[in-house]
Parts: sequence; structure tokens; C-alpha cells
Amino acid sequence: MTIEVLLGDEAVARGAIDAGISGAFSYPGTPATEIFEYVERYNKKANSIHAVWSANEKVAFEEALGMSYMGKRALTSMKHVGLNVAADPFMNSAITGVGGGLVIALGDDPGQHSSQNEQDSRVFARFALVFCFEPSNQQEAYDLTRLAYETSEKFELPVLMRLVTRLAHSRAGVTLADPKKQNEIYTDIDWKKWNLLPAVSRVKYKTLTETIPKMHDFSDECKFNKLEINDKKLGVIVSGIAYNYFMEVFETLETKPSYLKISTYPEPLKKIQKLYDTVDEIMIIEEGYPMLEDSLRGLLNNGPKKILGRHTGHIPRTGELNPDFVYKALTGKEKKPIVSIDMKLPGRPPALCKGCPHADTYKALNAAKEMVKGQVEVFSDIGCYTLGALPPYNAIKSCVDMGASISMCKGAADAGLKYPVAVIGDSTFGHSGMTPLIGAAQEGTSMTVMILDNLTTAMTGGQHSLTTGHPLIKVLEGLGVEREHIKVIEPLPKNHDENAKIMKEEMEYEGLSVIIADRECVQTLKKSLSKKKKEAE
Amino acid sequence: MKKDLILAGVGGQGILSIAFVIDNAVLDKGWKFRQAEVHGMAQRGGAVQSHLRYSDKNIWSDLVPVGSADVVLAVEPLESLRYIDCLSEDGMMIVSSTPYINIPDYPEMDEIISNIKKIPKHVLIDSEELAKEAGSSRAQNIVMLGASSKWLGIEEELLKKYITMAFERKGEAIVQMNHKAFDLGRDAAEKYKV
Repeated sequence: MTIEVLLGDEAVARGAIDAGISGAFSYPGTPATEIFEYVERYNKKANSIHAVWSANEKVAFEEALGMSYMGKRALTSMKHVGLNVAADPFMNSAITGVGGGLVIALGDDPGQHSSQNEQDSRVFARFALVFCFEPSNQQEAYDLTRLAYETSEKFELPVLMRLVTRLAHSRAGVTLADPKKQNEIYTDIDWKKWNLLPAVSRVKYKTLTETIPKMHDFSDECKFNKLEINDKKLGVIVSGIAYNYFMEVFETLETKPSYLKISTYPEPLKKIQKLYDTVDEIMIIEEGYPMLEDSLRGLLNNGPKKILGRHTGHIPRTGELNPDFVYKALTGKEKKPIVSIDMKLPGRPPALCKGCPHADTYKALNAAKEMVKGQVEVFSDIGCYTLGALPPYNAIKSCVDMGASISMCKGAADAGLKYPVAVIGDSTFGHSGMTPLIGAAQEGTSMTVMILDNLTTAMTGGQHSLTTGHPLIKVLEGLGVEREHIKVIEPLPKNHDENAKIMKEEMEYEGLSVIIADRECVQTLKKSLSKKKKEAE
Repeated sequence: MKKDLILAGVGGQGILSIAFVIDNAVLDKGWKFRQAEVHGMAQRGGAVQSHLRYSDKNIWSDLVPVGSADVVLAVEPLESLRYIDCLSEDGMMIVSSTPYINIPDYPEMDEIISNIKKIPKHVLIDSEELAKEAGSSRAQNIVMLGASSKWLGIEEELLKKYITMAFERKGEAIVQMNHKAFDLGRDAAEKYKV
């Protein structure tokens, strides 16, 4: 029996490896980054799995889908908002169905530790009419991932694995099972079923809807969904990681409520019905949206039994669950801290590192803004450089989604803003920044795009970036940006005045300019220097 | 046997190395553990913490409930106070007195220390000085692990076995330095009078 210490993320990755995947496809994003990274590390020795970062989540998803069509098992992983980028192939893969097992591992971020929103991927799975597996702990993350591949091939549907930050980034010992061999590549392919011409997809969509009752039956029979009838006053439905918080409190209760633990969706309907029929009132504890709660209440909430949860104030409407909220929901009592202090603690938010190139870029940008006569607004994007919105820089304004800086900047220019500026990182530019730049180049929009090229995907820990260094200039030329308005600067304190001057000039140029601020991330530089030093020894 | 720990510090101070040592020592004993940590943006100089729970029985929640931590182990004094709600009635607060100042509104040290001293069971350790004595100020995390070792319910040899494992790819000198850091921390906690 092998026990390995694994993060929830890593348990999913290892489950996929032991289920015999032939490829892992991903774009970095907290809290899902470590799923792919585990496969990448494992593969350094094994060298049997295709594991290279993709340009963005849509690309990653489609690469995984292509592999699945060839009969092989594939894993695609991303953070929850990454599925918005990959929503098109996701929704449609439910209708085409899959060949080799296809699992989409998602890191949801309730409490928004490092995300713009706390969208709940269970809702997305329901939208697409596919399975969603939601493990409660690391062992289940491993076991359910292996089950997900079997289920995906049995139903010929993709399976979404939903993790939340707290499980993704929590470690425990996980008992491993025997690994499976990889599938053979298909030699005879029925291409018709994978072509969504309306005439085909109408039939396939109908078939998909007819499968839903069987998916509910699957959940009713699945051992990871557990109904326990105890006291008949209260019945609690708990989903995913909420099960742990519930059990933490459950063990201390004198009167044990009945409960149903759910780990697979579509919901186990017969089990829900049985609990509903047995108890007087139902409480629902779920991490994320009140999805089950909404379903059980219905729009009119006029069923015969009370449904308690986030809508009734028993659980806070937003944010991450914890054992203390669940304690209060079940006992009506609040846990009071035993010791207290009489001082206000200042927050300690994350900040740009000492010596970070972005800091020098922002100082120069702020100086350039002062020199330009007229309204300058800076649209930003997603990366370490988003921290430039905070003091002492206060250099950027917006942060919405990957690549949005350039398209929003263009929209602002179209609205008549005199000096619109977009700030985007090299990896984010490769993710979603190139497409909006094509239109801006063709229209000759008067705006300035700054690509902060630090040679890496820094915020998630320094993953490979596809659009960095010299090739970036060729890409920009290819997209139609005039060569004389592609400027490269080195953001260093000694270049401050010159850099500010270049920024001012390009802002004042009535057309599209791109300034590349080119200097390596101090974190990756530190790592590569110490690696070199070690090699020299 | 059940212990709830909070490890606290600032991103980059090495609380995950402390967690690595305890996780593996616990697993070596055949116990169960859960250890929640912080990844991503917050690691860039922000406040970070790890909830570490272990037991010879099953553990449910990855998070330590309010009022149940047996030990709050902080590599930084201000950060120790952030998790005071978690401390149990007999809870130990084991704190480095070396501040990490990267925010403009960092409070006066006297105020922080006087609040730490209000906690019935606490140990204050000059981790920077001891780490330098061991060989590098980077070893403050292991000084603090040594300082807490008496309250962890895990044999010293076992903790040291995994300190070796945590640092062996950096060479024998670094391993020995961290062993020394552990010893200095342990002895300093022994001498500390509340």
C-alpha cells in the first residue's frame, strides 16, 4: 500500500495519471495550477504523457478534446474563470460526447482568495448537462478522478471535477491504487458523431437530454453519495468539502441529524426524496452558490417543508464556508474566541517584490502621465502587475478578465478618450491579447499598449510563457502594428527618464503603439541564478 | 492524540518547510493529518498561514475551528496576533520576536509584544539572532520549529529526520545548519520564562 502526501490538486492529477491519461492540458491559474504541475513533474521521469502548458484554457480544452476523439484519456485543468474562456468547447463537448475519457478539473475559489468572482462550477456542469464530481477530501479527489474516467467513457460524456481552494491547497496522505495502462489510439473513427452540423446536433442534443435520468440513477447508486437516517427533525444535505465541516460539528452533537452527503451531480434524486420524506426540515450546506438550495426551494418556495441555508441566513450568503459557520448553523450558538487583544491589526496585502520590473515600469508610466496634457486612463489585466492598482503606485485602473486591457482600451478610444493605455503581461498577451490587437491595428486606433514582458507567467509561480522576448516583436508586426511604433524599453531605475519620455511620445502619437517593457521577473531570475550556481559547483 | 496547529508568517518566510517536516513526521508515525496552506498571489509578501491538524484518528475539517488550536507557531510577531481567535484555553503561542516590516502602518513593537505577553502560555524567541548563530538568518523557520517541538507530541529524532529530508538537496552543510537552528530554538524555548 503506497501512501503519498498530496495536495487536493495533486490528488486529482495523480488520479488522472493512474487512470492512464495520455495528455494533460492547462493554462496556469490559482487554485488549479498545481494539478498540471504535478503531471509535468511526474512526467519528467515517466515521459509517457504529453504535458506542455497551452496558450489559454480554450486551447487547452480543445487539445484535450482532440486527444479524447482519438480514443485516449485526457485531462484539462484550469481555474473556475478559465472555463469561461473554454465555455464554447465545454458546452459543445457535451453534445458531441467524448471518445477516450475526458475530465475537466476546475479550481473554484469561494471567498475569492485570488479571483475576480466566486462562480460555482457545479452550475456550469448543470448548464452543459454533464456530470460534476465534487470530492470532500484528498482521498476522494484521487478516487473520484479515477471513477470520472470510467464514467466519462461509460456515458461518452466529459466529467467536470470541482475542487475548491481549500481542498486544492490542503495536503493529506492519499492511498494510491494500481495504475491503469493508457488507451490505444482509435484506428476506426466514427467522425459523424463529432460533427455538430445542426442536423446532427439536433439529434445528439435530444439524446443527451434523454441520458439525464440515467445520470441521476448513477448518482443514486454511487457509493460516494451517502444517506444516513438519524434524528427525524432535521435533515442536512452537504456537498463536497462542506461534508468535512458538517462532520466536525456532527461528532459533537447530542442529537444527530439525518444527513445526505453528495459528491456527484446530477443529484441523487431518490436519496434526496427519501431524506425529504423522512425529516421535518432540510438544511443545505454547500460551498459556493446556493444551487441545491435554490433547486429544493423552487422559485416560489412554497413546498411543505422549510429549506434552510444561505437564503435564510443560517449560512452567510457569500464567501467561503468554515467549521465555525457550520457550527452556528447547526447549534444556533456562536463560538467565542477564548483570548482577545486590544489592538487593531493592519492588513498585510501582497505586494510587488523588491526589485520587480513592474515597479520601475509603473514609476515611469506615472511620470509620463504627468507630462501628457489631457486625460490618460490605464486599463490593466490579470497578473502580478494588477497590484499596481494599490499604493504606492496607483498606476492602473481596471482589471476584469484575461486580455480585457487591450479590447477595453480600444473601446475607450472609440468612445473618444484621448490617451488610452493598456497594460498587459507577456503570458496574458499570448492568452487573449493578440486577437483584440488585430482590430486596433487595422483601424489604426490611437492608443498605447504596454506589454510587460518579464519572460514568465509570474503570478502563478513562474510557468512557461509562449509570447516573450524576440518572437514577440515578430508577432506584433504580423498582427499589423507599425514597426516604428513598437518600442522596447528596459525598466530599470537608471532608465527612468528615458522610459518616461518614450511612453509620453507614444501616448501622443495618433495611432497604435506598443511598448514592450523587457526585464526578467526577479523571482525566476533568482531561481535560474541559483540553479546555475549549483551546476557550476 | 489530536493536535491543532496554526503556522503563521509572511510569504517567503518558510512556513511550508515547517509544515513539510511535521506532515511527514506525522505520516511516519502512522497518524493522519490535514494541512491547508496558501498559494498564489498572497505568497508575494502577504500574510500567510497554514492550518495543520493531526491525530491518530480521522480528521474532518481542513480548517482549525475557533478556540481549538493547541499551538499557534508564528515566524513573525504581528502575524501571531492575527490567529489569536483560534487559540484554545491551554493553547501555546510560540512567536518570533523578529518583525518583518513591509507595510507602512506596521504597529509599534511594544504594543505587539505587550499583547503577546497577555496570552497565558506564550514563548517569545529571538529567531533572527539564533538563526544567525546557526549560520543563516534564513533558518528562522527551523529555529521556530525547534522552539515549538516540546508541544508537538512528536519525537525529536523524527522531526530531525524530515529536516534532513527537506534540505538534503541543498547539501550537507545546509542540513547541519538547520539541525543546529532546531537545537538552538528548542533550548531557547526551554529557558524562556513566561
